[in-house]
Amino acid sequence: MASRLIVENVEAGYGAVRVLHGVSVHVEQGESVVLLGSNGNGKSTLIKCIMGIVQPTSGRIWLEVDGERIDLAGRSPQAIVDLGIAVVPEGRRLFPTLSVEENLMLGAYRQGARAKLAGNLDFMFEVFPVLAERRNQLAGSMSGGEQQMVAVARALMSEPRILLVDEPSVGLAPIMVNRMIAKIKELKERRSLTVLMAEQNFNQAIKIADRGYIIVHGEIAFEGASAEDLRANDMIKRYYLGV
Amino acid sequence: MFRNRGDVVFWIVLGAVLLAGFGVTQTIANEYYYTAIYAILQATIMAVAWNILGGFTGYVNFGSAAFFAIGAYTAVALDKWLGLPMPFLIAASAAVCGLMGLGVGYLTLRLKGVYFAIATLAMAIVLETLINNWDYVGAAKGVYILTPEKVPFFSSYIQLLFMVMLALTLGSIAISRYLNASRIGRGLAAIRDDEVAAECAGVPTLRLKLISTTLMGAMMGVAGAPYPFFVTFVDPISAFNLFVAVNSIAMPMIGGTAHWIGPVIGALLVGGAQEVITVTVSSELNVLIVGIMLVLFITLAPQGIVGLVQKWMKRRKR
Repeated sequence: MASRLIVENVEAGYGAVRVLHGVSVHVEQGESVVLLGSNGNGKSTLIKCIMGIVQPTSGRIWLEVDGERIDLAGRSPQAIVDLGIAVVPEGRRLFPTLSVEENLMLGAYRQGARAKLAGNLDFMFEVFPVLAERRNQLAGSMSGGEQQMVAVARALMSEPRILLVDEPSVGLAPIMVNRMIAKIKELKERRSLTVLMAEQNFNQAIKIADRGYIIVHGEIAFEGASAEDLRANDMIKRYYLGV
Repeated sequence: MFRNRGDVVFWIVLGAVLLAGFGVTQTIANEYYYTAIYAILQATIMAVAWNILGGFTGYVNFGSAAFFAIGAYTAVALDKWLGLPMPFLIAASAAVCGLMGLGVGYLTLRLKGVYFAIATLAMAIVLETLINNWDYVGAAKGVYILTPEKVPFFSSYIQLLFMVMLALTLGSIAISRYLNASRIGRGLAAIRDDEVAAECAGVPTLRLKLISTTLMGAMMGVAGAPYPFFVTFVDPISAFNLFVAVNSIAMPMIGGTAHWIGPVIGALLVGGAQEVITVTVSSELNVLIVGIMLVLFITLAPQGIVGLVQKWMKRRKR
């Protein structure tokens, strides 16, 4: 099944504050697309719009499955998970008083995912062996890197077609960021995932990127057709690195 | 019903307690004991019910007394109107308070944390005002309930009520225990830990919260239904007593809120202490004792007795 994600002219905000001013982004089947931008430019808000946590005030968000367009606006996060989209939230947001295994099981709460729970759990433990060792440990007592693994594994427990990753590098040591990005790449290939990743760490994000966007003050400032394109662009230095 | 050995042990203990209760009624005649234990059992149901929302789901309800009182007044009204037998009164109170709980569940859409707690407290005050002005159930001056002089199997009506309450308590403990270990319970724990993350992971948070509040309301209604027959006189001040609400928060906190056994331990400990102190020291010191215990536990053992035991067991393992 081929699925694409299309975001068209989305405007959104919180109360009187407008964060996104007409953002358009698209992610094709099997692609890894990165959304680059420093703090407070609207990356997380866009991810929240796609997940149905924040409702856009205007614009459309589509999921296209085999040519058929499904409007995501107005749908609940649960319904969006049912459609095959999952998110690794910013700051991991695990359930700290529950064990690693319980955290993963909660990722497969939807009816469709429950049937394949045992197989998916085994798969996650194979990909992240350290989680298998610590399956009964409370998630809140683990290191940042391990918690990030739990967050990624939890999101994949629902067997999504499209994975949204929000700032996987937050609070992690550079070496852990490196490993996380490599893992996401590995998972993407093994599960034929489509990935949209919001990240401010340019050099890390570029390793996984097929394409990318740079978001500045809630607008897409630059669209790069390839990783090289992003790297070469002078705009990145001006807006993104702020030099 | 029997998923593992723990389940078997649990049901055997439950059956044994019920049998022991029946045995006691056949041998001991002193009514004081039944009155005292009834109060503890009632507090246990309230604590177990409060914990389903407060402990498992993480929403603090300050209006427990309202559910309790509406349960009691539902029984009073239906007893006066139709003269239904006790099991129907209990079922009706459960239904009415369950619906009330469902309503409170929708409040969680907009109110979290302290705001939710204040809203439940406000609800209790509004409902008390309503009952204060409802003449059919005695309004502010209260209402007397006539209880039968003779009952089959037991030598007094109080003994029958004691057995009813014991069965209801064990039932509510069984429900709470089942919930704690179930998929629903896991979803509730996710809401308690991080509601937005639960929502993102596809957990149907609203539906689970509604289950939680409805169950809590229904159980509290069940605890309130036999109350008018136990005291034979109800007025809004005694039914909506803030002490009921404080107790049902303090007991799970002292016992430990994350585990089903926490509120049971808390209720037996605090409720037992209250009864003993009422007799040996003074009935006025009750409130003070709960207050001191709550302060001590919150500062020294925030996870309650269950948390202390878990910590101690972990240390021993090493």
